[in-house]
Amino acid sequence: MAFPQPRPQVPQLPQHLLRTIECQQGAVRAVRFNADGNYVLTCGSDKSLKLWSVSRGTLLKTYTGHGYEVLDVDSSYDNSQLCSCSSDKTVILWDVASGQVTRKLRGHAGKVNCVQFNEEATVMLSGSIDGTVRCWDTRSRRYEPIQILDEARDGISSLKVSEHELLIGSVDGRVRLYDLRMGQLHVDFIGSPITCVCFSRDGQCTLSSSLDSTVRLLDKSSGEMLGEYSGHVNKGYKLDCCLSDKDTHVLSCSEDGHVYFWDLVEGSLTLKLPVGKAVVQSLSFHPTEPRLLTAMEGHVQVWGAEPEDTAKLSSVC
Amino acid sequence: NMASDEDSDEDFVTYGTPLEPLEEDEPIRKPVPVHEQTVKDEKGRYKRFHGAFTGGFSAGYFNTVGSQEGWTPSTFVSSRQQKAERQNARPEDFMDEEDFSEHGIAPREIVTTEDFASERKDQLKDKARAVSSLAALIPGDTGLLEELIAPARSSIGVELLRKMGWKDGQGVGPRLKRRQRKQNTDAVKVHGGALLPSGSEESEDEDDEFAPENVTFAPKDVVPVDFTPKVDSHGLGYRGLNPLQALGGGSESAHINLFTLQSDRTSSLFGDRNSGQKRRGGIAGQAFGVGAMENEDADIYHKDSMSNYDTVLGGEEPGDGLYGWTAPQQYTRKKNDSKRDVVYLGRILDGFTLASQVTEIKTVYPPPDLPRDYRPVHYFRPVVDLSTVSPIVAQALQASRGHLSQDAPQQGRHSLDSSQRRDMLGETVAKEQNKSPDSLTSPAKTQASSETKTFKPFQKNPQKQARYDLYINKLKKGDKEALESSLDSSMTEWERGRERDEFVRAAVLYKPSNSSLSSRFTRSKNEDDTDSVEVTRDQENDVDDKQAAVKMKMFGKLTRDTFEWHPEKLLCKRFNVPDPYPGSSTVGMPKIKRDKYSVFNFLTITDSSHVSREGPSASKPPGSSTTLPHLTPEVNKKSRWDKTGKVSEPKDPLSAFLSETLAQSDGKQTEPKTDEEEKEEDEEEVRPPMDLFKAIFASSSDEKSSSSSEEDSEEEEVAPSTSEPIQISAETLNPPVSAQITPAPDISKVPGII
Repeated sequence: MAFPQPRPQVPQLPQHLLRTIECQQGAVRAVRFNADGNYVLTCGSDKSLKLWSVSRGTLLKTYTGHGYEVLDVDSSYDNSQLCSCSSDKTVILWDVASGQVTRKLRGHAGKVNCVQFNEEATVMLSGSIDGTVRCWDTRSRRYEPIQILDEARDGISSLKVSEHELLIGSVDGRVRLYDLRMGQLHVDFIGSPITCVCFSRDGQCTLSSSLDSTVRLLDKSSGEMLGEYSGHVNKGYKLDCCLSDKDTHVLSCSEDGHVYFWDLVEGSLTLKLPVGKAVVQSLSFHPTEPRLLTAMEGHVQVWGAEPEDTAKLSSVC
Repeated sequence: NMASDEDSDEDFVTYGTPLEPLEEDEPIRKPVPVHEQTVKDEKGRYKRFHGAFTGGFSAGYFNTVGSQEGWTPSTFVSSRQQKAERQNARPEDFMDEEDFSEHGIAPREIVTTEDFASERKDQLKDKARAVSSLAALIPGDTGLLEELIAPARSSIGVELLRKMGWKDGQGVGPRLKRRQRKQNTDAVKVHGGALLPSGSEESEDEDDEFAPENVTFAPKDVVPVDFTPKVDSHGLGYRGLNPLQALGGGSESAHINLFTLQSDRTSSLFGDRNSGQKRRGGIAGQAFGVGAMENEDADIYHKDSMSNYDTVLGGEEPGDGLYGWTAPQQYTRKKNDSKRDVVYLGRILDGFTLASQVTEIKTVYPPPDLPRDYRPVHYFRPVVDLSTVSPIVAQALQASRGHLSQDAPQQGRHSLDSSQRRDMLGETVAKEQNKSPDSLTSPAKTQASSETKTFKPFQKNPQKQARYDLYINKLKKGDKEALESSLDSSMTEWERGRERDEFVRAAVLYKPSNSSLSSRFTRSKNEDDTDSVEVTRDQENDVDDKQAAVKMKMFGKLTRDTFEWHPEKLLCKRFNVPDPYPGSSTVGMPKIKRDKYSVFNFLTITDSSHVSREGPSASKPPGSSTTLPHLTPEVNKKSRWDKTGKVSEPKDPLSAFLSETLAQSDGKQTEPKTDEEEKEEDEEEVRPPMDLFKAIFASSSDEKSSSSSEEDSEEEEVAPSTSEPIQISAETLNPPVSAQITPAPDISKVPGII
């Protein structure tokens, strides 16, 4: 006879401001946790890319080499490499430790909105305003992409990579799911331009936010809608959305300066986190802990579930 | 005397270089010192001697071992793909190839293994053994011992036969009935010669009577055919006198048989059963030969025996006198075979058998009779270009050949057009069905050809172009006043002057392009590229349907399209995923070629911009999508509203359209429909969908959207706003959205934020 299951804990939401980082790099276009969540990467409009420590909030490294504002960044699973994309139409592969440009890949015809490593960091995928997703090989010295996915009819706004799937959101109002294992392409019609897509952590669902101020949770295999979340404002900007660390909540940026938390199952608004007055441009959820990063204008805020962190820190200071 | 000297000089062959004739006056030359003694090779290069005694030859690379790179030892290399191998050095590795034979190293080649080798191979060994056994103390002993000791080994063929039930001495093949006796007699015939009484066959017949019906016997062993090559120049079957046998021919040989049945060849095949006897005879007999004075034939030391004499008068000799005393014994036996006797009286050589079928006599056809005045020499008529030849010659040629050489190329079958060929063949004109495609294609073709072949510099002004064409035509004909006559007389002098200049320049510029330039270029091979465009094979479902589904929040089947998609092999490899389509070379979506100028192409390309623009203007209720005409082939999947099944999934847009129009013109519906639907159909006939109009009349909205988005991005680049959040490129699609964008305050200007 097994012991009774421990009562599931009430999921804690990162609603306490732990730290504010002034990035000093113009507007922060995107903020991202690294693979293990110990570091923060910020993309600045002053062509720089910065690496921060979350716990101390200190600047560790600045990566310069882009010719225009940096739009997205991703770190490899082993934290040894970074890939970033920029309005200068290039994708850059960085060496984290040395800060040197390992490879600079040109080929996109327009600014590159999003970039992502695959699981083993053997391929970089970049989506551009030119409507293509290019798959770059990080192992070879070739400067041509392995494959170009040009099925989208408008710019690519967001993409995510799982073990064997590519989830690509496009401004043409469709979410495309490329299944490499099956050799199939599933196109889900949303209707409104997609701003952000992501997988749920169990890999069964896809989340997509669109310019009709709605976030939709779709079943990955059938395309059926499991949940619809609205209330926030997303009408003109490319805003991020994500799921919480345990898939309990759906989060989305909003143009009214808040981050919205919805209960995933019920679809009800759980929390409306006030971040600031301006548009919350980007957010990133910690891979394992209830910790959130938000980017607004020139600074990044770190949010945690418990406020004592800050207390501790202040006492230390 | 002098003459004789000269003769002798010429006769002698001289070797080496003669010494220079000594002249008394000349002082004795100094010997050349050693360091000045040089040797040159045949090409005049200095040659160096090597070795201690200057007699060595040059080895290696400039007196070194190794090569140009120097002496590089084989380095140890071992990787995942290439494991290091243990190397056993053999003497051959250090030898030159040409020295192999000198040291008895056989060249390596592929040989059958002993298991599969036939037993023929051992003949050499057998012979060697036989020789050694002769020389041994106990003759024949060593071989015996070796055979006793040697492990039993038989070829794989024999093994297989044994497994199938074959026994030594039997023939190969299915078992027969009533053949045992025959086999015995055959065997005796082969080995024993004619000793058996001729009445044996009768007895065999008698024995057959007693052979039981249900007992089968193995077939008789087949005597292998002797394939020994004939190396002598004798006649077939003839064997020269064996001097041993002829001179020392022992007691057994009553007479020397040149046509022995059991030649050495056959005996070698049958094994050495008789060899013992022969050997014995070799030593025994007369020991000391015949004296020089004596007659050879007198066999003085020879013991006479009764077997040398015929016991019966006129005994075995055949009566026909066909042969002399050398008549083969075989003949006597063959006589019994009456069937053969009729056909062939002569002796059958060993290794030959009588053919069972008479060979067909080949009919020889005589060569055709040549005409009397035929001369076996061909001469070629000279090909003369008529334009260069005087008319008299041309006429003569014409008379001789019947037609001009200029016509010759036209005689080629391929250069004729169909009507000419038809005339030649005497065929009638085909009916309308053949004609109709012609009439369809011809105008387009002629137009295309004229367009491509002649350049039209004044296409914008048709009248001017006409004048220019006239001028060109006249120029071609050689009209000297071509320019003046082709110009419009109603024009002013200045205009005419200008046009004259233009025409001359155009003619100079563009006329050579027809002849000289065009000869330098070839037409591209895939011309059809210009007419067709690659389109993805699978097209998305109707967008309006989806839009409606989205509005009703019915995501799922209605909003999802699934296509075949081929990932690049390398991508699969990088993702650690097996290639879903191994062997397929296509990458991405499978594509097909379609007519570039087909209206239906543009119909199929649906865009969200279509939707957004159409949305408010059309303002259809969601249910109205049933009324959508099925002109477009996009509806591959059945949607919820297609339950009536009137979508017949057309494969080809053109055929679909044709069938649709046909059905409409006939006034019949292809399938029974409800009244409502018929009404709706009527509406459709009255007003085709907007898509069609747009595709025909409006410029492609696709281009618009793309160009505008490009402009947008350019604008953004030109005027970057540092603080403004990233704008999505969707404004062009949704104008209201773009209107609502409020520029965020520039942080550089707002000090409070920083």
